Amino acid sequence: MVVFDKPHALIDVPLHYCPGCTHGIVHRLVAEVIDELGIEGKTVGIAPVGCSVMAYNYFNCDMIEAAHGRAPAVATGVKRAEPDKVVFTYQGDGDLASIGMAETVHSAARNENITIIFINNAIYGMTGGQMAPTSLPGQVTQTSPYGRDVKLCGFPIKVCEMLSQVDGAEYLERVAVNNVKNVKNAKKAIKKAFQNQIDGKGFSLVEVISSCPTNWGLTPQNALKWIDERMIPYYPLGVYKDRSAQKEDAE
Amino acid sequence: MAEKVLMKGNEAIAEAAIKAGCLHYFGYPITPQTEIAAYMAKRMPKIGGVFLQAESEIAAINMVYGVASTGHRVMTSSSSPGVSLKGEGLSYLAGSDLPALIVNVQRGGPGLGGIQPSQSDYFQATRGGGHGDYHMIVLAPASVQEMADLTVKGFELADQYRMTSMILADGTMGQMMEPVSLEFDIKPQPAKPWATTGTNMEREHNIINSLSLVPEELEQLNFARYDRYKVIEENETMYEEYKMEDAEICIAAFGIAARVSKNAINEARKKGIKVGLIRPITLWPFPKAPFEKAAKTVKQFISVELSMGQMIEDVKLATACQAPVTLCNRVGGMIPSPDMVLAAIEEAAKNGGAN
Repeated sequence: MVVFDKPHALIDVPLHYCPGCTHGIVHRLVAEVIDELGIEGKTVGIAPVGCSVMAYNYFNCDMIEAAHGRAPAVATGVKRAEPDKVVFTYQGDGDLASIGMAETVHSAARNENITIIFINNAIYGMTGGQMAPTSLPGQVTQTSPYGRDVKLCGFPIKVCEMLSQVDGAEYLERVAVNNVKNVKNAKKAIKKAFQNQIDGKGFSLVEVISSCPTNWGLTPQNALKWIDERMIPYYPLGVYKDRSAQKEDAE
Repeated sequence: MAEKVLMKGNEAIAEAAIKAGCLHYFGYPITPQTEIAAYMAKRMPKIGGVFLQAESEIAAINMVYGVASTGHRVMTSSSSPGVSLKGEGLSYLAGSDLPALIVNVQRGGPGLGGIQPSQSDYFQATRGGGHGDYHMIVLAPASVQEMADLTVKGFELADQYRMTSMILADGTMGQMMEPVSLEFDIKPQPAKPWATTGTNMEREHNIINSLSLVPEELEQLNFARYDRYKVIEENETMYEEYKMEDAEICIAAFGIAARVSKNAINEARKKGIKVGLIRPITLWPFPKAPFEKAAKTVKQFISVELSMGQMIEDVKLATACQAPVTLCNRVGGMIPSPDMVLAAIEEAAKNGGAN
C-alpha cells in the first residue's frame, strides 16, 4: 500500500534549491493541490524571476517563464485568452512586491480570476541576499549591511494588508511553512486559492512566509525559528480578505 | 473591386487586425495612436474578443506575452515613449520565440518629445528595441491602405516565423484619412503545437521560456534564430521602386517621407532631372538588393527622413558607399515639404549628380 508518494504534478527531478529552503515544501503543496483538484491537464503556471525562476522545470503542467515582476500581467493574458484554464503564478517578494507591484495591485483591482502563490522570505535569494521590499527593519542583508534603516529605505511592505484595501481582491491569506501545523494550514489556503479560481470567484493570493537559511546566515532549524520569532510577529498569519465568506456572513 | 471606406490610418489597423483573427488587444493611452485602443474598446466586446486597458505599457506587452504563449493572435499599440517601455517585453517575446504584432505610431522625441509625426524610432525598431541579439519584422506603411494590408501581413509573418512584427508608422499615417478596402485574403493560421494551453494529460508539458543558463546552448539558440532571420531576409523583403529605370539620383524614403518625395520627384522630372525613389516597405529586413543594384548607376543617394538620419546608415551599408548619400530631413514633429526635397534633388543634380 502506498502511503506517501510524489505528486504527479511535480516532475521527479532534483530541485536546485538550497538545503533548508522552503520552496520545495511550497512546490509540493501546490502540486498536491493540482493533483487533488484533478486540474493538471488544464493548468498553466507562470514562473517568476528569482529563486523559483526554474519552477517551469518542476511543475508537470504547461509553464511560462515571465519577465521580472510581470507574472500577473502574463497570467492576465493567458486567462483572458483561455478562460477555462487554471492559471497560477508563483512569485517571490522582490518579484511581486517590488518590481512587479503595479502588476500585482492592478491584477487584484481587476479581480483577475487567477491564483497567486507569493513566497515572502524577506530577501532576494537568487542574486545573493539583497534587501527585499519585505526585509524587516534592522535586517542585515548584502545591500543593508548595517541593518535595514527605515529612515533611509523605508518600511517593509505588508502585501496582504495592502491588498485587503483593494475592492477587486477576492481572497488573501498569509500562511507559513515552518512547522507541520503551519504547513497543513498553508495547503488548505493554497487549495482554496485554486478552488476559488475554478469557481470563478477571482483574484486569490496566498502569501507564504518562507525561510532562506543561506542568505539569512542561519542553519535550517534556526531559520524556521526565526520565522516564528521575527517574521510572524511582523507579518501575522491569517485570512486578510475572503469576500465570499464575508458575503455568507452578511446573509 | 472591393468597396472602400474612408478611415483613419489608426482605425484601419484596428479593423484589419480583427479581420486577421486578432481577438486580443492590450493597450495604454498615448497620442497619436489612441484611436486604435478606442476602436478595439468598441468592437471587441461585440465580437467575443478581449480589449483591456492595461495599467502600463509594460503590463500591456506582458499581457501580449501571455496571450501569445497560448497561440492566439494578439496585438498592442503605442507611440514612441510607450514603445520604449515595451522594450523589455519585446526582448522576452523574441527570446521565447513568440508571435505578436506591435504598432508604433511614432511621435517626435527623445523623452516625452512631442505629439507630431516622426520617424526617429527607426534604430529602435530595426535593431530590436530591447536587450540582446534579435530582430522584429518591421513594416513601414505609406498609406492608410498599407496600414491595413501590412497589419494582416504582420500577423501572418509573425506566426510563420514565430517572432514579433512591428508596424512602424508615424503620426501622419495614424491620423490621416484615406479610402481603404478592408477585404483581405486571410490565410489559415498555422498550428501551434508549442502553445501553453494545458497538456490535457496527453503530452509532455510545454514551456515558454527565454532563460538558458548554459552558454553553449544559449549560443545555439541565437544561431538558430539568426538562421531563421536569414530566410526572412531572402524571402520577405518588400520595397517599391518609383521611376528608377533611368534614375541618376535616388531618394531613399519610407512612410510619409516617401509620399512627399514622390511629389518632389514628379516636379524634378518636369525639369528634366532623372530622379527616382526606392521605398523600403520592410525596414527590417532592409531591402539591400535594389540599393546594391542602383549603386552601380546612381550618382547620388538622398535619404529623406523625419529623423536626424537613421535609415541613412542602412542606405550607406547597402550601397557600400559607392555613391555619396546625403540627408534631407526635418525632426521634432516637422515634415519635409516637397519644395525642400526638390531643392535637395536640384542641389544633387547641380553637383554633377544627374541631368
